[in-house]
Amino acid sequence: MSKKREFISGDEAVAIGVKLSRPHVIAAYPITPQTITVERLSEMVERGELNAEYMHVESEHSAISAAMGASAVGARTFTASSSQGLLYMTEGLHYASGGRFPVVMMNANRSVALPWSIYGDQRDSLSLLDSGWIQVYVEDAQEALDMMIQAFRIAEHPDVLTPMMVNLDGFILTHTYEIVEIPEQSQVDAFLPPFQTPNKMCFNNPKNMGFSSQPNDNTEFKYQQNLAVLNAVKVLEQADTDFATMFGRKYNGMVDEYQSADAEVLLVTLGSVTGTVRDVVDEMRAEGHKVGVIKIRYMRPFPEEQLQSLTAKAKAIGVLEKDISFGYEGTVYTNVNSALAKVGNTVPKLNFVGGLGGRDISKADIRNMFLKLQRVAAGEAYKTVDFFNLNVETNE
Amino acid sequence: MSSANTLTRITPKNITDQEFFYGHKACAGCGGSLAVRLALKVLGERTYAAFPAGCMAAVGFIYPQMAFTNNAIITTFPGVASMASGIAVGAKALGIQNFKTVAFAGDGGTADIGLQALSGMIDRGDDVLYICYDNEAYMNTGIQKSGLTPFGTQTTTTPAGKNIHGSKTQKKNLFEIIAAHDIPYAATASIGYPQDYIDKVQKAAQVKGPAFIHVYASCPTGWGTPTETSVEIAKEAVDCGLFFLAEYENGDYRLTRNPKQFASVADYLKKQGRFKHLSDADIASIEAHRDHKWERMRRMWNHQ
Ligand SMILES: Cc1ncc(C[n+]2csc(CCOP(=O)(O)OP(=O)(O)O)c2C)c(N)n1
Ligand code: SF4
Ligand SMILES: [Mg+2]
Repeated sequence: MSKKREFISGDEAVAIGVKLSRPHVIAAYPITPQTITVERLSEMVERGELNAEYMHVESEHSAISAAMGASAVGARTFTASSSQGLLYMTEGLHYASGGRFPVVMMNANRSVALPWSIYGDQRDSLSLLDSGWIQVYVEDAQEALDMMIQAFRIAEHPDVLTPMMVNLDGFILTHTYEIVEIPEQSQVDAFLPPFQTPNKMCFNNPKNMGFSSQPNDNTEFKYQQNLAVLNAVKVLEQADTDFATMFGRKYNGMVDEYQSADAEVLLVTLGSVTGTVRDVVDEMRAEGHKVGVIKIRYMRPFPEEQLQSLTAKAKAIGVLEKDISFGYEGTVYTNVNSALAKVGNTVPKLNFVGGLGGRDISKADIRNMFLKLQRVAAGEAYKTVDFFNLNVETNE
Repeated sequence: MSSANTLTRITPKNITDQEFFYGHKACAGCGGSLAVRLALKVLGERTYAAFPAGCMAAVGFIYPQMAFTNNAIITTFPGVASMASGIAVGAKALGIQNFKTVAFAGDGGTADIGLQALSGMIDRGDDVLYICYDNEAYMNTGIQKSGLTPFGTQTTTTPAGKNIHGSKTQKKNLFEIIAAHDIPYAATASIGYPQDYIDKVQKAAQVKGPAFIHVYASCPTGWGTPTETSVEIAKEAVDCGLFFLAEYENGDYRLTRNPKQFASVADYLKKQGRFKHLSDADIASIEAHRDHKWERMRRMWNHQ
């Protein structure tokens, strides 16, 4: 059987991935650069290709509330958002994870106002790292499609029952066209069984849900919630393995790496910029530089052990991210640094902050990062946080 | 009256003995919990009930003591209408049949923070009965002013003093805001007129699509009234004309109770701690506002 391929954008890939996952309910509110996904899903429902209820909610707060309501009766639910919309959902994000409603969401990573910007960075989702959702970041449209299917399986797993956010860089992925392989529905059905959960309201066994707890019990609920996200490690790794067997594409679970084994300096990345970094690695390797890249795929659960072992031999490490926690450093950096500190890794670690509000991160930028890491490894003084490519003079 | 034609009218004689909401921690004499209890008896066990943050959520779901024998869930404060929508739509998508979804929200959860979600729910035509129990303030957080707090009410955020005599604004016109959506069925009711309320719940339950009931529900704790007078005081609010009983159906408004003569507003107000401070001039202005409202309702709406 010949494989089906289509030339589609990241947003469209998400829509197809969602369709193949057979959700019962879709509740979403439009926001650039997510809109194409919800438009395509509406069209699929209209054409009868997708047998789902499409709810025209009046806000993102209602999108997540409606999704939770549907999930609370045992329906498979999908929502999608970005930036301001994701933030408007915040109350519901914590509610969904605490209520153990395995809603799946696509988030088109976009900058957060003010100043307004419709373009990409990762400050929206990274600022919600503590909301209890599993967070994965994809690198291309194929991975976006594939991860929608995996996300339902991971989120709905009885050991996990936790909502999951699939993040893709705004415009760079959402609006860029690529050749994408479309999985067979029958194979998706085999990979992703129907959603079954005891955590639902039903008439045979009525339940009171979303209750309040007293100080006596609250910590125990939160302990279990933490455990659930940790349980996702095994479940997502199994999903990755089974997916590879079924569809021939493997994403290596929580982290991916390229040329890291003997690398003297390493960049740690998140999302679509990784592709550019790989190209630079190839170019610099050809010139004899021992450089490599580690791509974080999951921010929650966090690939602590993998990062500890993959970075063990490097002499300097840079974390490249489209995020800053004002007054400190990027959030990805904080997480990576914490993981490495636990194993006493004391090599210099730099935080390259850039790509904010849609600014390109060029090959030259990345080459400069590697070169700087090499100099730092050789003893040059450095500052931890480096806003690279600033258009203004600083007197730092 | 408003009982649906093919149904046996539910009355005190034949209403089920089954309790769906008991063992909860509401204050003695809580009007809101009575509104919930009666409505659930009418709706029956195949009911999903959704409650936003507010007194009913706070008193009914204290882990591990759950007070509902039917399916029930607390929602976010602004999100009860959307979560109820999701429940109704999700259950439909799963092929579940013969069930009802009901939302019970306070005046604040309905007329203020939840109004947008409620508007969306009605606009989508989702099959949800939304019941607003109106105790005229944010009670759960300690009696603060809401959009349905009447003029002159002392609350903890509208203190009555020399300069300001309690709440400076009138109640939002919630019933007409909802009706303006062209909702299939909307009604007002009072726990002081339980049969009328039961009739309206029974009728609303027959609607396939959104239905709305605004039920006046006294709160002895927030109103400063004796616990044993809750039903009486909710009746007096209607009798003195500060609340009204009406329906909206097929595009028409109808007063379901049109008192020939109003009972005394002053008597009603003076019984309640929250209005104790009102001057004669304040009371006269409350009466004038009542008369203006009734003049308009009688002129524009159907009535006997
Ligand atoms: C988003 C949000 N804002 C504020 C609150 C705090 N809060 C909880 S209940 C409540 C008042 C509820 O008032 P109402 O809806 O009238 O119900 P009642 O308590 O009177 O029954 C408030 C302000 C909250 N839970 N969520
Ligand atoms: S404060 Fe009022 S509304 Fe709340 S439980 Fe007590 S009586 Fe009922
Ligand atoms: Mg209230």
